[in-house]
Amino acid sequence: MSNDPNFTGAGGPTTEELVFDAKEAQRRRKPSTMQRVGDHMKREWQLYVMLVPTILWLVIFLYKPMYGLQIAFKDYSIFRGVANSPWIGLEHFQTLFGNDQFIRALRNTIIISFYGLIFGFPMPILLALMFNEILKQTFKKTAQTIVYLPHFVSSVIIAGIVITAFSPSAGIVNTFLGALGVDPIYFLTKPEWFRPIFVGTGIWQEAGFQSIVYLAAIAGVSPTLYESAVVDGASRWQMMWKITLPSILPTIIIMLIIRIGNMLEVSFEMIILLYQPATYETADVVNTFIYRQGIQGGQYDLAAAAGLFNAVVAFVLVMTANAISKRYSRTSLW
Amino acid sequence: MFVIMNMVLIGLFTLSTLYPFIYIASLSMSTGFEARAGNVILTPVGFTLEAYKQVLSEPLFWSSYMNTFIYTIGGTIMSLLFIIPGAYALSKPQLYGRRFWNLVVAFTMWFNAGLIPFFLNMRDLGLLDSYLGIIIGFAVNGFNIILLRNFFEGIPQSFEEAARMDGANEFQVLWKVYMPLSKPAIATVALFCIVSRWNGFFWAMVLLQDEEKIPLQVYLRKVIVELSDDEEFATSLLTAAYSVETVTAAIIVCSIIPILLIYPFLQKYFSKGILLGGVKE
Repeated sequence: MSNDPNFTGAGGPTTEELVFDAKEAQRRRKPSTMQRVGDHMKREWQLYVMLVPTILWLVIFLYKPMYGLQIAFKDYSIFRGVANSPWIGLEHFQTLFGNDQFIRALRNTIIISFYGLIFGFPMPILLALMFNEILKQTFKKTAQTIVYLPHFVSSVIIAGIVITAFSPSAGIVNTFLGALGVDPIYFLTKPEWFRPIFVGTGIWQEAGFQSIVYLAAIAGVSPTLYESAVVDGASRWQMMWKITLPSILPTIIIMLIIRIGNMLEVSFEMIILLYQPATYETADVVNTFIYRQGIQGGQYDLAAAAGLFNAVVAFVLVMTANAISKRYSRTSLW
Repeated sequence: MFVIMNMVLIGLFTLSTLYPFIYIASLSMSTGFEARAGNVILTPVGFTLEAYKQVLSEPLFWSSYMNTFIYTIGGTIMSLLFIIPGAYALSKPQLYGRRFWNLVVAFTMWFNAGLIPFFLNMRDLGLLDSYLGIIIGFAVNGFNIILLRNFFEGIPQSFEEAARMDGANEFQVLWKVYMPLSKPAIATVALFCIVSRWNGFFWAMVLLQDEEKIPLQVYLRKVIVELSDDEEFATSLLTAAYSVETVTAAIIVCSIIPILLIYPFLQKYFSKGILLGGVKE
């Protein structure tokens, strides 16, 4: 999920445009709108040839499905198609909110996101602060190269590693527990273990890579601040707390806002790979619910309704987050 | 004291990142018996390459590997063909309705119709179970367009003036002036595409039924999820030279190697890209 509050500012007339318009007005006393558009197209048609494929793609693959979202309010049948299926109003939404599984999925989504936020958000900040304190460049570079790596590894591979490592018979985790005298635990079938494993895996995979943003913010802190602190006899620890951390606070706050805006974006691909019926109780989120009901179960209309609910809440969250971060900082990240 | 503590902690975190990969690599080169018994901790036990022999003798492994290359290369080229000209046009101030077109692009990043309408649309377009569906259906994304558009906007007008004097048209200006100046940004976008293509599995799993068309990640999932649930198969391999664990580990190693090969480029451009376009969550 990404967004760009700056972009609305990009469309106004530029100096070139104004100068151009002035010239145009001089050349022809009173050009009609038709003439102007015609002339413009004659001169600039190539730009539109470049733009059309992209816009067409967006219309066919992303906007047409938005039109298809109407099945959330319809009794959809494959044979009748989207347009001809009969309207049934809010029936699917009533069904959803009376459905224990959907409510459970909603609750799980929020709980898992919340854990991800509490445990996952501070980690990259901490890492960036620590990386910044390392003076040995080779050590720093090597460590960074390694901790960025899991970001580029597919969720299937990560899931494969998790499943292997937590396997009851051969897994390394149970081997260690066995050495401590604990009986093997079949972690991935235990509902109480799902969230810690899932959230922990997410942190392991992404914390390193996410620290890049904070490292960039730290790199932007003025060196004169540190120089005068050294003159005053500040220790590295004091400089970290009194200079570095306050200097990157705006970045931290913006990242936090973006993160909360994307609250509903739980990486459901990973959940599909790791969960099983025994752990649905704690693992099933809205998107996995949609996947099972819709794509696997064929209840397209009901699943589309769940998807619409998800998308609208996400949209409101993202827009709110955008508005807040824009107000908070003019030098927005976007 | 502080400095040493810090280095120790970073070192520990780094090792904990690295360890699972070493563990998997060692597992893939151990005998199935030792792996099942949980004797592999750091280095291979009872060194053998039987698991690799098993993996490499599977035709589906090779066809899925081939398919992943097709989807990655075809998909990335397709993405660039759409994104570069589109971003260029959107960066031009004289474009009519520029604000509106930018909104059309950006809105897709904020609001998404969701899994089901997208799936039904692909079905209605006849793109289920087809190479073309995977290659074209995921070609464009708003974030990449805006990243590139911002980069193009940052290139000063003066660079293209000489070319325009020589009578270059828009396509020539893009090709001869903008493309060479935008190499890092284009490389970033291309790498975003390559990685998401190489790693993508969900839609390939949903859209492709025909086993001959599935990419590596879907094949890998089949092996990991289906075999690890299959206790009978697992125990039948108990004494063999390979086991479910070692075979899984071997496939993981095989599928991770190409990512490791391009990793130096990834590291260089991704950190640039993440700062160029803002933060991608």
